[in-house]
Amino acid sequence: MIIKFENTRKSYGGDAAIADFNLEIQKGELLVLLGPSGSGKSTVLKMVNRMVNHDEGQIFFHDQEINRYNLQDLRRRMGYAIQSVGLFPHRTVAQNIATVPKLLGWDTQSVQARVNELLTLLAMDPKQYAARYPHQLSGGQQQRIGVARALAADPDVLLMDEPFGALDPVTRSSLQVTLKQIQQSTGKTILFVTHDIDEALLLATRIVLLNQGRIVQVGTPHQLLQQPANDFVVNFLGRADLGLQQLSLRSIEPYVKAIEGTPPQHVIAHSVSLREAISRMATLHVSALSVVKEDGTLLGQVRAADLLENNHV
Amino acid sequence: MSELRAYSSLAPRHGSTQLVWSVGALLLLAYGLPYSQPLFAALFPDLARPVYVQEPMAALMWQHIGLVCLSSSIAVIIATLAGLATTHNTGQAFKPMMEIMAGMGQTFPPVAVLAVAVPAVGFGELPALIALSIFGMLPVLQATLAGLASVPSPVLDSARAMGMTPRQILTEVQMPLALPLWLAGVRTSVVVNIGTAAIASTVGAKTLGLPIIIGLSGFNTAYVLQGAMMVGLLAVTADLAFDKLAIGLHGPATSGVDNQA
Repeated sequence: MIIKFENTRKSYGGDAAIADFNLEIQKGELLVLLGPSGSGKSTVLKMVNRMVNHDEGQIFFHDQEINRYNLQDLRRRMGYAIQSVGLFPHRTVAQNIATVPKLLGWDTQSVQARVNELLTLLAMDPKQYAARYPHQLSGGQQQRIGVARALAADPDVLLMDEPFGALDPVTRSSLQVTLKQIQQSTGKTILFVTHDIDEALLLATRIVLLNQGRIVQVGTPHQLLQQPANDFVVNFLGRADLGLQQLSLRSIEPYVKAIEGTPPQHVIAHSVSLREAISRMATLHVSALSVVKEDGTLLGQVRAADLLENNHV
Repeated sequence: MSELRAYSSLAPRHGSTQLVWSVGALLLLAYGLPYSQPLFAALFPDLARPVYVQEPMAALMWQHIGLVCLSSSIAVIIATLAGLATTHNTGQAFKPMMEIMAGMGQTFPPVAVLAVAVPAVGFGELPALIALSIFGMLPVLQATLAGLASVPSPVLDSARAMGMTPRQILTEVQMPLALPLWLAGVRTSVVVNIGTAAIASTVGAKTLGLPIIIGLSGFNTAYVLQGAMMVGLLAVTADLAFDKLAIGLHGPATSGVDNQA
C-alpha cells in the first residue's frame, strides 16, 4: 500500500469539503477520482502532496503520515500535472522537464539522458523539441511536456488533476492512450482526477466516485457499471448510455469470425471496443465489418448480430 | 498580462542606429557648444551672449548624469527590495500600503518633493538627491508589484508542487518572470528622474537645468534652448538604451508568458 487515507476531513469555513474519507491505494493502480464539480475530488488529490492541508484524520505515504515528511522532500517524490499545465515560460522544454531532477541534485549527464528518454516516451523528438520554449508548442504538446516533467524524477506516485480537460477530443484521446501505455509499461501508481466518465472508464483500474465530499462507490469500471451502489451512481454514469458504456469496456476480438465469401467492404482495427465497432456500423449503414491488424492483414469479420448478443462475456 | 503584452510589443520599436545617433548628438552638443558662437549668434541676433559659457556644458551633463545614476540606484535598490518583500509572509501585510504609495507616485508632482526636501536639509545637492531618490522609487515599486502579480498562478502552483522552496520559487520563477515589467518601471523611473534633475537646479544642484533657469530669469532664450536640448537628448538616449537592454534580456521570456494564460 502506497497511500492510505484514514478518516480524513477537510473543511472550509465550517463546511466539510471532504469528510469520513477512507481509502487505500495500492502500488501500480491507476485510481481515478471521479465526481461532479464541487465533489471534492481535486481536494483529495491536493491533500496528498499537501498543496491543501487536511484538518483531521491521517494520510499515510509509504506508512508514514505525510505531515511528518519534509514538505519539499514529499513533493519531490510525487509527480504533479494539472489542467493548465503550468510550464515555466522562461525555460526551455528540456529545462522544464529537468526541474525536479535538478532539485534532487542529479548530475548534468543523467538529467540530459532522462530528458531525452522522456521526450521519446511521450512521442516528441528530442532533437526537435528539447530547445523550444513552451509558447512554441501546441496545447497538446505542452501537456505532453507537463506529463514528462511530472515523470522526470521517477516519482513513486503521479498526481494528475484533470490534465487533459482543456484539450480537443482528438488530442485528449491520443494522450489518454499514451498515459495508459506509460502506466502499463512502468507500473507507476497514478491518482487521476476527472469529471469525464468516458475518460474514467477508459483509464481506471479502479474508480472512486465522489459526491459532496464523500465516497459514493469504489470499484473497477465493470463493478460501477454492473453493480451500481445507488441511484446517484446510475445517474452519474448516464442511465441512457449504460449499455453503450459497458460495450466500450469490451474488445471486439472475441467476436471476430472467419470470412465466408467476399469480405465486407469497410474495415476496422482489431483493437477497438464493441462500442466503436457498433458506432462505425451505424454511421456506414452496414451490418458487418472486416477486421484487420495494425499491419493490414485481414483477421476476419464482425457482424452486428454477434456483437449485440451477450454470450461471449 | 495585458500590461506585459503591451510592453513587449513596444519593446522592439527602435534599432541600435537611433541610439548611436542620439549619443552622437548629445556629445556633439555638449562638447561642441563653445564653438557654436556663430550659429547661435545668427539664430538669436538680439542677444549679446547667445552661448551659455558660465560653466562647461559637458561638465554639467556629467554632473546631471551622476546625480541621476546615484538617485536612481538608491531608488531601484530600495523599491525592488520592498516589492520583493511582499512575497514573503511577513512582508505581505505591507503590500496594500505599498500599492497606495506606488499609486501616489502617479499624481504627486516632483517639484513638491523638492520643495519639501529644502526646508529639511537646506540647499545644494542633498535635497536634490533625496527628492530624486524618493520620487524614483514609486514607478519601480509599482513595476515590481505588477511584475510579481503577472506570474501566472498555475506556474506558481507547479513550482510549489514540484517541491521548490519559497526562496527557489522567488529567484528561479518569480524574479525572472517579473523582470520585463520591472525593467519597464526602472526605465520610467530613470527617464522621469532625468527631467526632474533639471528642476533640481532651482534648489542649488548643478545640473543641466542651470542654463534653463539662468536663461529664464535673464530673458536669454538661447540659454533655455541649449539647456532644454541637452536634457531632452539625454532623456531620449537613456530611453533608447533601455530599449536595447529590454530586447537583449528577454526576447523569449516575454512572449512565453503570454501563451501561458
